[in-house]
Order: sequence, then C-alpha cells, then structure tokens
Amino acid sequence: MNAVALFLTVFVACVVEAVEALTIVLAAGLTRDWRSTFQGMTVALLVLAVVVAAVGPALILIPLGGLRLVIGALLAVFGLQWLRKAILRASGYKDLHDEAGIYERQVAAARAAETGGRGRVRDWYAFTLSFKGVLLEGLEVVFIAITFGDNQGNLGLAALAAAAAVVTVAGIGIAVRAPLARVPENAMKFAVGIMLTSFGTFWGAEGAGVAWPGGDAALLVIVPVMAAVSLGYAALLRRSRAAALAPAGPGGTGPGARPTPEGAR
Amino acid sequence: MRRRLRSIGAFWYDFVIGDDWRGAAVIAVVLGATAALVHLAGVNAWWLMPAGVLAALGWSVRRATRPASPARGRSTPH
Repeated sequence: MNAVALFLTVFVACVVEAVEALTIVLAAGLTRDWRSTFQGMTVALLVLAVVVAAVGPALILIPLGGLRLVIGALLAVFGLQWLRKAILRASGYKDLHDEAGIYERQVAAARAAETGGRGRVRDWYAFTLSFKGVLLEGLEVVFIAITFGDNQGNLGLAALAAAAAVVTVAGIGIAVRAPLARVPENAMKFAVGIMLTSFGTFWGAEGAGVAWPGGDAALLVIVPVMAAVSLGYAALLRRSRAAALAPAGPGGTGPGARPTPEGAR
Repeated sequence: MRRRLRSIGAFWYDFVIGDDWRGAAVIAVVLGATAALVHLAGVNAWWLMPAGVLAALGWSVRRATRPASPARGRSTPH
C-alpha cells in the first residue's frame, strides 16, 4: 500500500466520523451553550489524547504477526458493519443516514432538556452531548489511524491524514455552521466499508500465516472484488425489494405488505 | 458500579461487534481455520478469508432483509 493510498483511506474514513461528531457539536452549541459545548469537546479530546498515549506505545511491543491477526479481525468485523448498513441503505431496506434529520432530532432533544450547571460548566446537557459525540467518533478516528498506520509502518502519515480530515470537517463546519447534509454519506460509508473489510481480510489472513499471491499487490484484487460483490448484493436486494413491493395481481394477496425489517432504524 | 461496567461493556460490544454478532463469529472461525490450515496442514489458504468475509456479509444482509417468521416469534433478527 503506497503512501497516497494510506493517506486517502484514512482521510476518507475519518471524514465520515468527523462529520458525525460535528453534527452533534453543532446541535449542542447552536441550541444550548457554546462555552459548555467547547468544554465538553475539549475534555473529550483530552481523554482521546490519553487513550492514544496509552494504546500507541503498547502496540509497538506486540509481535507484528499477532497484531495483524487481531487488527485484521477487528477491521474486518468493523468493515462488515459499515458495509452491511451501506448495502441495506443502498437497497432501500434501511433509511439513508440523514445528517439533517439527526441534527433536527438532536436540536429538539437539546431544546427540551432543562438548563443546569455544575462547577465551571454552565450547561451540563451541552457539555455531556458534546463530550459523548466527540469521544465516540474520536475513538473511531483513533482506531482507524492507529490500525492503518501501525500495519503500514507509517503511523505519522496515518495520524496526519486523520488530523487533516478532522481539521477539514471542522473548518467546513465553522464556515457553514449547519449540518453537512450535502456530503453523500452513504456512498462514502460504502467506500470506507469496502476498504476496511478489504484491509481486514488482507491483514487478518496474513496474521494467520497466509502468504498472499503477489504480496501487497493482492490488495489490488481484493478491493475490487469486495466492491463488486457488495454492489452485487445491493443490486440483488434492490431488485427483490422492488419485486416484493410491486402491486399484487388480481385475486392475489401479493407480498406488497412485506415488512422492511431495518427500514425504520 | 455493576451498572457502569455493564454500560462500558455494552459500548465496546456495540463499537466492535455492532448489530450482528454472527459476522464477527464467522470471521473468528474463518481466521482460526486459516491458521490451522497454514500451520497444521501446510496449506497456504489465502482464499479462505475473502470467501468467508463475503459469505458472512451475504448471510448478514440476507438475515436483515428476511421477512419475519411467525415460528420464530421475532420481527427482526436483532
């Protein structure tokens, strides 16, 4: 994997997480109290810094084979989650991830909550909302940067890509001060899911002792195959859903009322 | 204290495993089988992991979109 591919993969994955964190921060800041929101964000960033300081050096002590096995398995599981949701959204079985909708719900919940301060924090609700959002999404950014960076022996570049993603999204957020609904999030999540799953497959198998035909070049086959099969699954599901929702013929009950199990989530 | 530990456990479970634990289980089994084939049988089973991951993905989306079965008494697999 060359440096450009590493940078772009980590950058795109971290942009998705940063957009989600920004949505929550904006909802808390615009509707409640900016000072408490920034306090929550700052504390979350400090916690993340401690996590990085604790986890980063520990990773170097683990043998590379074992590390690849564990990280590969985690990445593959993580990527499967993303891909599964992206396929269900692309085929209409699950609602598209709607940052604007999430933003509206966060705003409504924030407005409904009572104002209450404690210590130096004027608005505990804004603080907590911002803290949780930044910590959860930040953990995902850290996870992505450390796993990709450590496996490629270029933690600095991965950290730079993650930082660039966060700074880019934060800059856009400051400029527009509104949820970044225009970012085609599902398409981005589809791509990131494919990359995470592909690298997880590659590293996991390598950690289990496999020698890939062609070495690192095997990724040039794994990624397109993962993409093609995932798009195929989405197309198949779209077709079967359209058939299921088609009006029933005369006298037939038809499957038009077939439930869409994940549609409302 | 117990509630806090449970919520921390729930967070990490959701963070790593997510909606469908079966995908994680399949990957663990496939990685174990790959390691066994490589180290015990001397087979360079590079093909097993991609096949297993794609099968797990197909199984997972199939389960998520399958209509409710009255016999199982559940509307969704989760």
